[in-house]
Amino acid sequence: MTGFILSKLLRAFITLLLTVSLVFIFIRFSGDPAAAMAPPDAPQEVIDYYAEKLGLDKPLWVQYTSYLAQIVKGDFGYSVDSGRSSVSLFLDRLPATLYLGGFSLLIALTVGISLGTVAALNRGNFLDRGVMAFSVFAFAMPNFLFGLAVILIGALGFQTYLGGQGASISWVGVLPPALTLGLASTGSYARFSRSSLLETINKPFLLAAEARGIPRTRRLFFHAMPNAAIPLVTLIGLSLGGLIAGSVVTEQVFAWPGVGQLLVRSVATRDIATVQFIVLAIAGTMVVANLLVDFLYLIIDPRIRVQ
Amino acid sequence: MKNTNAAILELSNVGIGLPLGADRQWAVRDISLTILPQQTLCLVGESGSGKSVIAQAIMGILPAALPLKEGTIKLLGKSIPKQRSPSFNLLRSVKMGMVFQDAVASLNPIKKVGHQLEEILLVHGISRKERKPRVLKMLSAVLLPNPESAYRSYPHEMSGGQAQRIVIAGALLLNPSLLVADEPTTALDVTTQAEILELITKLKVEFNTSVLFITHDFGVVSEIGDQIAVMKDGKILEQGSVKNVLKNPQNEYTQRLLKAANLDTSKKKLKETEEILKADNISLTYKKGFFFNQTKFKAVQKVSLSLTAGSTLAVVGESGSGKSSLAKCLLRLENTNAGKIYYRGKDIADLKGAHLRNFRSKVQVVLQDPFGALDPRFKIIDAIAEGPIIHGSSWDEANSRAIEMLSLVGLTPQSAERYPQEFSGGQRQRICIARALIMRPEVLIADEAVSALDVSIQVKILDLFEDLQKRLGFAMVFITHDLHVAAAISDSVIVMKDGQVVESGPTSSVFKNPQAKYTKMLLSSAPGYQGGEAL
Amino acid sequence: MSDCDKNFKSFSTPIVVKLALGFVIVFVLFALFGQLLSPHEFRATSLFDRLKPPIGFGGTWTYPLGTDGRGRDLLVRLAVGAQITLIVAIVGTLVGAVLGSLLGIIAAAKRGPIEAFIIGAVDVQASLPIIVVALFVLAVFNSSFTLFLLLVGLNGWEVYARLMRGAVLSAKEHGYVMAIRALGASSFRIYFRHIFPNVLNIVLVQFTINLPLTVLLETALSFLGLGVQPPLTSLGQIMSEGRDRLLTAWWLTLFPGLIIFFLALSISIIGDWVRDRLDPTLRSEK
Repeated sequence: MTGFILSKLLRAFITLLLTVSLVFIFIRFSGDPAAAMAPPDAPQEVIDYYAEKLGLDKPLWVQYTSYLAQIVKGDFGYSVDSGRSSVSLFLDRLPATLYLGGFSLLIALTVGISLGTVAALNRGNFLDRGVMAFSVFAFAMPNFLFGLAVILIGALGFQTYLGGQGASISWVGVLPPALTLGLASTGSYARFSRSSLLETINKPFLLAAEARGIPRTRRLFFHAMPNAAIPLVTLIGLSLGGLIAGSVVTEQVFAWPGVGQLLVRSVATRDIATVQFIVLAIAGTMVVANLLVDFLYLIIDPRIRVQ
Repeated sequence: MKNTNAAILELSNVGIGLPLGADRQWAVRDISLTILPQQTLCLVGESGSGKSVIAQAIMGILPAALPLKEGTIKLLGKSIPKQRSPSFNLLRSVKMGMVFQDAVASLNPIKKVGHQLEEILLVHGISRKERKPRVLKMLSAVLLPNPESAYRSYPHEMSGGQAQRIVIAGALLLNPSLLVADEPTTALDVTTQAEILELITKLKVEFNTSVLFITHDFGVVSEIGDQIAVMKDGKILEQGSVKNVLKNPQNEYTQRLLKAANLDTSKKKLKETEEILKADNISLTYKKGFFFNQTKFKAVQKVSLSLTAGSTLAVVGESGSGKSSLAKCLLRLENTNAGKIYYRGKDIADLKGAHLRNFRSKVQVVLQDPFGALDPRFKIIDAIAEGPIIHGSSWDEANSRAIEMLSLVGLTPQSAERYPQEFSGGQRQRICIARALIMRPEVLIADEAVSALDVSIQVKILDLFEDLQKRLGFAMVFITHDLHVAAAISDSVIVMKDGQVVESGPTSSVFKNPQAKYTKMLLSSAPGYQGGEAL
Repeated sequence: MSDCDKNFKSFSTPIVVKLALGFVIVFVLFALFGQLLSPHEFRATSLFDRLKPPIGFGGTWTYPLGTDGRGRDLLVRLAVGAQITLIVAIVGTLVGAVLGSLLGIIAAAKRGPIEAFIIGAVDVQASLPIIVVALFVLAVFNSSFTLFLLLVGLNGWEVYARLMRGAVLSAKEHGYVMAIRALGASSFRIYFRHIFPNVLNIVLVQFTINLPLTVLLETALSFLGLGVQPPLTSLGQIMSEGRDRLLTAWWLTLFPGLIIFFLALSISIIGDWVRDRLDPTLRSEK
């Protein structure tokens, strides 16, 4: 078990290190990194300042180690746009994104899993087919189209502009983008929980439970569902890890003041320092989420513990 | 039977339908059985005979696709409703308990077994205080060495035998009148099987219950049964007391199955010929996992063996004894960590180029799983002809030889153009034999080559091996867990346990007069074995 | 399987699939020949014909689907956009499938440090959603169509690699591989005559899952203004251009949006159906 935890931690660390190295390599080989880090029309002194700060005159591995050292110290550079540190820019935007992502995950989990369960229990009839059709629909629907449709409906039907700039972070304001963002994952949660439950229902231990006289509802809630829920943890982990990255398009459509919008804007203005930090933050979230999933499995699935 | 009321369970003219499009209309039909108090009825048949369907019908857990169409099932004189009925199920579960083949799979993997057993008491309204003591008492009744720790275990933490004890405990928890056991020992090693059979016999008396025991193994029947019913293709061929049927079987099919169950070593004599394959103190260690998780597993430890031309050596052992790893070493599919293997006096580790190609054509293999052993995308003819083609035959020549091989192993030439999926397990094994023998090997290594087959098919394939060996003169290493198979086919035998050889010698002397403690135990656990005599 | 399920299989699915196939065929024809439907050039602007509505909403046959803010004909722009989307989807999906599968096979065949490195790369990719990778690369490098194709192609390669590695590792344990090795077959023969054809299904199944995702990724990136750059155009880009006029010129977003949606929907439906055919055990699993 300690072996399991240590090897997972090691793998997570290697993944992060590889990601950081890749980001380093990309920035170094993108032409002139100093010019890239400096504002577009900066005078030569500013570019020189950046070149010196990045240590471009030194050998590559020295640059690499000092880059790693900076990251360990938490120094991720400054935004060329506003002159603020990329970390503080990111932190400003984070609550909005977490609010939106959390809300949409909540919708996806509750609605998706309920739909999947209903479908599995009504296998083959119209409810099942309806849920499956919905999940295909949700999968194929681009969220920018759905978002625009939501905005259009809001404008024509309720005379309110849902995609307005200062869409405040509020309970009502979050609903349209959260629905948009949650649609696709609702579909995949429905699909996944349906197939997981169907698979579990056909396991021999449920037949054995029936032979032991355990009533149907009890078999469903105490035996089938907990077992079917285990593989869902992986999916939930992926959703949590993708919380920041997932909302890029939706934030753009609804002008939601979150990290995704910041990322798109920074890419457009070539604000490398900010982009770099957001990328690393996203990778970090995903790695941590995966670790959490692995450790959660240790708790909820006794079969992992012996391995 | 005069006093039918005394019967615990009575089936009369039961017929269970199969869905449209199946190969027959009835899963089982005209089934009439009676189980009397404290008796064990053995229902014997091969796969597809419909014996498990009867168990499911009795327990009321038939799948919707298999409806109970005809006849009545009476439990303690009361008719069981034909449809799945939740209310009746609760009642029925008090009177009957069921045990399954795969015990671990019949337990919820994420709940402690103690809690799963308590649940049975819970749904039957037994108070919280009473539950745990009753479960613990039951766990000691099934002779689990440490009931408290078993109570706290998860199913996967237990061995197959322990898990089966748990399931038996669950089945008997409510003191039922009938225990239905569906192949409860088939997945277990012989020694464990013997323990479980002994346990069921003991509990039958202790709990004053009858047993319906479903099996394919006549050895098991002779150990445990009072009454027997032999089934084939959904019908009962023969029934009566175990004594009568085993001694004096009337039906030809029963006779055939019984013959297969014999532990008969009389035919065999070791021939004095040249040594062809020799292993000298070989060891094989597997490494698993990375960094922190790495474990070493000694699969084969200092094994020596010798095979002479034209003879058959059986390698006997239970699962995990390292016998399949040994086969891989002999085939040079794994490189040994220590020791040497000689083929015709040459160390096979040194073979290269033409010598290695020669070795590859002269030492062939037939594997256990006939379903995985053939590439599903290759036609039979191409599968058989592949060997000669690899070794440089022309396509035409290889094909005509493949056709010859087909008839040699008893398949029609028309089979050539078909795909493996279209054949039964026994037929596939014939194809695998053809694929191996087309190389005209001097050594054939058969790794559990008949274990996945039904007994009657097993007999036919073993006969085929022997017949072909006489005609073609190859030597065989026959790896098996089944003492009957080893006895039937081998001249000499080595017995393996935990990667080591515990005993070796001529088959007849090892079986009649075993020296090692483990061999003795293995032999005495073999169902139906009584001091070197068959059944 | 209940009777209901059988009906569903034999009766209604093929109709849906036929419709989906029909839509894909029409889409491909439109992408290839759609420009012939209109006399206009897709870049030609016309200040007098700005924001003309489509036919039925006050438009004329000169611009059957209306025009955009610069008076460009929407029909011909959609045709060009469809073409680009088609190219990106097909090339992109192939790039990922070939690259990922090869890496997966190599990892399973070679083991050791090469395998460890490939697993590391897969882990990195799995921790970074492709849209983020694309955004990062587009921020660092100058955007070009080739780079964009490559980026879209990277979508899902790690899934192919992971699947193939697993499949090949388990195929290596198959009885027939052992038997054929014992016959003296070369590794080349074992991998290319036996293992690869048997795991090809897995690539095909993943391909059907990946294709609609690639379409959605391309359109999403173009919608963000980071994909296909003017003067070229794609369906996502047309949508993003029409976004600001959502209420006044709804046709600019609606038409490309519907095409994207129905394309992704049709491919998914066909993909599900193909998956059923290839392997019934994969039915309704993702």
